[in-house]
Amino acid sequence: MTADNAKATTSRRMPMPTPETQHFWDGTLEGELRLQRCDDCAHTYFPPRPFCPKCASRSVQIAVASGRATLHACVINHRPGPGFDEPHSIAVVELEEGPRMMSNIVDCEQTHDALPLDMPLEVTFEQLSDTIALPLFKPATSTEVAS
Amino acid sequence: MKRGSVAVVGAAETTEMGKIPSLSTIGLHADAALNAMADAGLSPSDIDGVATAGISPTDLAHYLGITPTYADGTAVGGCSFMLHVRHAAAAINEGLCTTVLITHGESGRSGVGVGRRGANATSLSSQFEAPYGPMGPPTLFTLPWTRYAHEYGASTVDLANVAVTQRAWAAHNPRAKFRDPITVDDVLNAKMIADPFTMLLCCLVTDGGGALILTSADRAKDFPQKPAYILGTGESVETPMVSQMADFTSSSAFTVSGAKAFAEAEIAHGDVDHLMIYDAFAHLPIFGLEDLGFVGKGEAPAFIADGHTAMGGSLPMNTNGGGLSYMHSGMYGMYALQESVRQIRGIAPAQVDGVEIAVSHGVGGMFGASGTIIFGASA
Ligand SMILES: [Zn+2]
Repeated sequence: MTADNAKATTSRRMPMPTPETQHFWDGTLEGELRLQRCDDCAHTYFPPRPFCPKCASRSVQIAVASGRATLHACVINHRPGPGFDEPHSIAVVELEEGPRMMSNIVDCEQTHDALPLDMPLEVTFEQLSDTIALPLFKPATSTEVAS
Repeated sequence: MKRGSVAVVGAAETTEMGKIPSLSTIGLHADAALNAMADAGLSPSDIDGVATAGISPTDLAHYLGITPTYADGTAVGGCSFMLHVRHAAAAINEGLCTTVLITHGESGRSGVGVGRRGANATSLSSQFEAPYGPMGPPTLFTLPWTRYAHEYGASTVDLANVAVTQRAWAAHNPRAKFRDPITVDDVLNAKMIADPFTMLLCCLVTDGGGALILTSADRAKDFPQKPAYILGTGESVETPMVSQMADFTSSSAFTVSGAKAFAEAEIAHGDVDHLMIYDAFAHLPIFGLEDLGFVGKGEAPAFIADGHTAMGGSLPMNTNGGGLSYMHSGMYGMYALQESVRQIRGIAPAQVDGVEIAVSHGVGGMFGASGTIIFGASA
């Protein structure tokens, strides 16, 4: 494992989009969570790439996710790191459309009691810079929760 | 590979273990390599194949004065050395070389001669995991456990049992970093790192190294040490992002690698006398026992709690104390292999009686890669 030598800083590590992922980061700036779906086999996938990881078809298009998800796995990180001084959740959420992604669960206490697995969540976006908005998740408020 | 056609004839760790401020990374590789060559009664001119991870095989060959006809720089994390053994066996059988040196060295604690880790901010994990504040493996590798615990009703006590059992093994190992007995309460009350993982559920950070020398089984009989024959080998990779594991309760890399190794070795699980499962964190042996097929899904916590992997148990596991108590320089797979060879030779500090078959199973990245080697006392 890597040495625990990173100092807490004030900002999160910033993602650097590539041509293959730019549509995703353009989407989050507009408040959309953009997945991709294959025209040939209908597979919906994440993270972004310009072909289907299931059937290799290059015929794929953007599919905007509903933003509804459930909590699939979660630890509470107690070590300070870039953008974080206090214990905080590091989670994997399962989107209603199927793919999973890493995130933080916000707007609730950062404890396992407040974050039971399978709890319904909804996406929210945190503006990190002029070019990057980061998708985060919070406890679902709408009645139409992920099934 | 061809069952029993290749053997380990040299095996050694660095002279010192733990905190070694006097040696840089490549110095640790060389110290282990010189010890392994002495163990096998060989000099660098006898070596015609090199394999390593962390540094390049070019660095290694030049530093030791070796002119190889075979070089393997496979680097998939801590299990790279299991893959090196597998590839070396194939290369020797194919006639690419006759005698392969595999080395590991890492100044994990002291950081001597360690280059600045270049983070590629455009990689998928940099874009889609790093912004969420993970601080290395303790906050990523641990995620699947929370799903496993949810699905199988397991608890943090089940993790603590792994750490307690391995500390008991470490008590018998003079070179182990931590040897004092611990209790489940000690583990649960230790400093919290990534809830539910406390510090005693996470591996050590130490300096060290190790090296292996392999040659054909035909030649192995003429070497000074008892050969550890390679009966079966497996490898696989899944994902560089733990968030993209297909199943959070089972590693595809583990199941593919393990099944391949057992099929090659033509053995049943009941034939296994000794087991090493790379334990970067306490849930790894639980996943490993299940994914290798020693127990059914969800059964490993009870298997460990019942003492099966402890001294006197039916399946002694991680008998050097493991990454949790013995040492962990960063790429621990080499030390798992070293302990398997010691057990086959009959010279381990906590020697298990009559080890005929020993399994060494490694992980690379965070459930990203895997390698499995099955050793036999006879070909
Ligand atoms: Zn497709």
